[in-house]
Amino acid sequence: MGGYIAKRVGQALLVIWLAYTAVFIAVQSLPNDPVTIFLNSDSAADPATIAQMKEYYGYDQPVIVQYFSQLLGLLRGDLGYSLSSGSEVSARIGEVVGSTLVLAGSAFVVAVVFAVALTAAASLARGPRLRNLLLNLPPLMVSIPVFWLGLVLLQLLAVQLGIMSLFPDDSFLSLAVPIFVLAVHLSAPIAQVLIKSVQEVGTQPFVDVLRAKGASESWIFYRHMLKNAAPAALSIAGITIGTLLAGSVITETVFARAGLGQLILQSVTVQDIPLVQGLVLLTAVVFTSANLLVDLIHPKLDPRIITASSGSPRALAA
Amino acid sequence: MSLLADNVDTAVATLAASEQPNSRIASASAARRRLAQWWVLVPLAIMLSWAFLPALFTGHDPITGIPADKLLAPSTEHLFGTDHLGRDVFSRVVYGTRQTLLTAGLACLIGSIVGSILGLLAGTAGRFADSVAMRLVDVILAVPAFLIALILVTATEPGPLSLGLGVGIASIAAFARLVRTEVLRVRSRDFVQAALMSGGKYFTVLRRHIIPHVIGPVLSLLAVDLGAAILAISGLGFLGFGSPPPTPEWGLLISEGRQYLSVAWWLTTLPGLVIVAAVMLMATLGRTINKAFRF
Repeated sequence: MGGYIAKRVGQALLVIWLAYTAVFIAVQSLPNDPVTIFLNSDSAADPATIAQMKEYYGYDQPVIVQYFSQLLGLLRGDLGYSLSSGSEVSARIGEVVGSTLVLAGSAFVVAVVFAVALTAAASLARGPRLRNLLLNLPPLMVSIPVFWLGLVLLQLLAVQLGIMSLFPDDSFLSLAVPIFVLAVHLSAPIAQVLIKSVQEVGTQPFVDVLRAKGASESWIFYRHMLKNAAPAALSIAGITIGTLLAGSVITETVFARAGLGQLILQSVTVQDIPLVQGLVLLTAVVFTSANLLVDLIHPKLDPRIITASSGSPRALAA
Repeated sequence: MSLLADNVDTAVATLAASEQPNSRIASASAARRRLAQWWVLVPLAIMLSWAFLPALFTGHDPITGIPADKLLAPSTEHLFGTDHLGRDVFSRVVYGTRQTLLTAGLACLIGSIVGSILGLLAGTAGRFADSVAMRLVDVILAVPAFLIALILVTATEPGPLSLGLGVGIASIAAFARLVRTEVLRVRSRDFVQAALMSGGKYFTVLRRHIIPHVIGPVLSLLAVDLGAAILAISGLGFLGFGSPPPTPEWGLLISEGRQYLSVAWWLTTLPGLVIVAAVMLMATLGRTINKAFRF
């Protein structure tokens, strides 16, 4: 168990380091340095100002020095300075991250609840027609663009029915509707995987034994099938963290909410590369940590994970 | 928008679990049923011809409108109504197909080619190659597709090329994982061992015995991925990172219609339905290909 944890943590750190390096190389391979790109649109900027700014932000240092000083900063939680406002990147992220956390966190919880409810309904549905309808719901939900669903709901609730405002106020609906929009999109893949693995578990002999012993369908579903299907759904839930962020950006734009999404769009529009860099790293860290957590919970749900040998393939012709 | 790589991962899981053809005995009715499974190609062919011959499907000009006809509700003359400049929305959707499909196609091409090569290497070139390729995939997965596209757009300029490249890089991960899994499944089979033992060279075995078995799932993922790419690209287009106006592009169409939300519901609702239909059709095609190629 200890070895398993150490291996997973090591892999997570490796991935974060590689992501940092990849982003750094991407920034270095640009035709210009971030300061020049940022000031490009500003015709008043003379070379002396650019040089002074480059020195101030450390972009005049040799590449290798920049690499390690930025890496060191990252270890201390210092993501550098935003070019557009001059304040620290971490401070700018900190200002808006709360609103996004509320939106994304609630949407995630709603999505998981919705996925489990959908799976339960589809597995316990009596008629084949109702069951088919429910089984076709996740593919449909995946295909609906987040921004479109948001706009259609705004159209319906705000314009036609007039029960919510087009811009965020503190009403219940102006938070609930964005959460719903995000959750619909998010719950589809979780539900898809959960339904598949519940169906797989359903074919195993122990389910027949339970049925023969007289267990009710809902008892079998909740106590046995759902429990066995949980690990697969957990993995996919970890992977959806990336989707959650992209979905949040779009949802925040549609509903005109302040948050990380607005910050990302702003920083891209004004070409504030250090800020974009910081946001990408933050995402990579969040995504990797979430999946590390999933990996660590996994063996608690399914002890076979650790005992199974990790079969890395040999060379084909060796 | 972009479930993308993640979404495609699910699709892979779903595809892998989908049922096998239940009978090998081919009767006439079974053949007809098998042909009927491909119904999805008909609407897709229509959509494809929107991209190549848009003028066949609409008599209206997508760029210049008739100002007197602005914001008309859908009718038989204007199927999807008209926008604030009096342009026919249906013709803008039809003409926008090319832009959207080209960008999505570019993304899929990058994702499938690079991803397949990585997957093949991971599955056949030894443990070291496997670790390197899989860590690379982890890194790609750790940064959401959406952000990869945004980095490229920040560094260069908004446009179909940087969008396609960004979304394509993100979809490498799904292809690499799928191909690796399929290769590992095939290579343990007797015929691969036999080919190796009778002195087959690496590339010969790869070409003649492994790739033919991997191609089906890859094609099937390609269809699903194209749908996911359309979704991602229209989302980024909606945010304003695609082609600049007045080029018709599906996401841009919807974001333009957003300003007239309170007066013209058709500007956002109807083009969106076309996107939903396109993505679902691609997913259905993916499932059909998967069923046809399973052995």
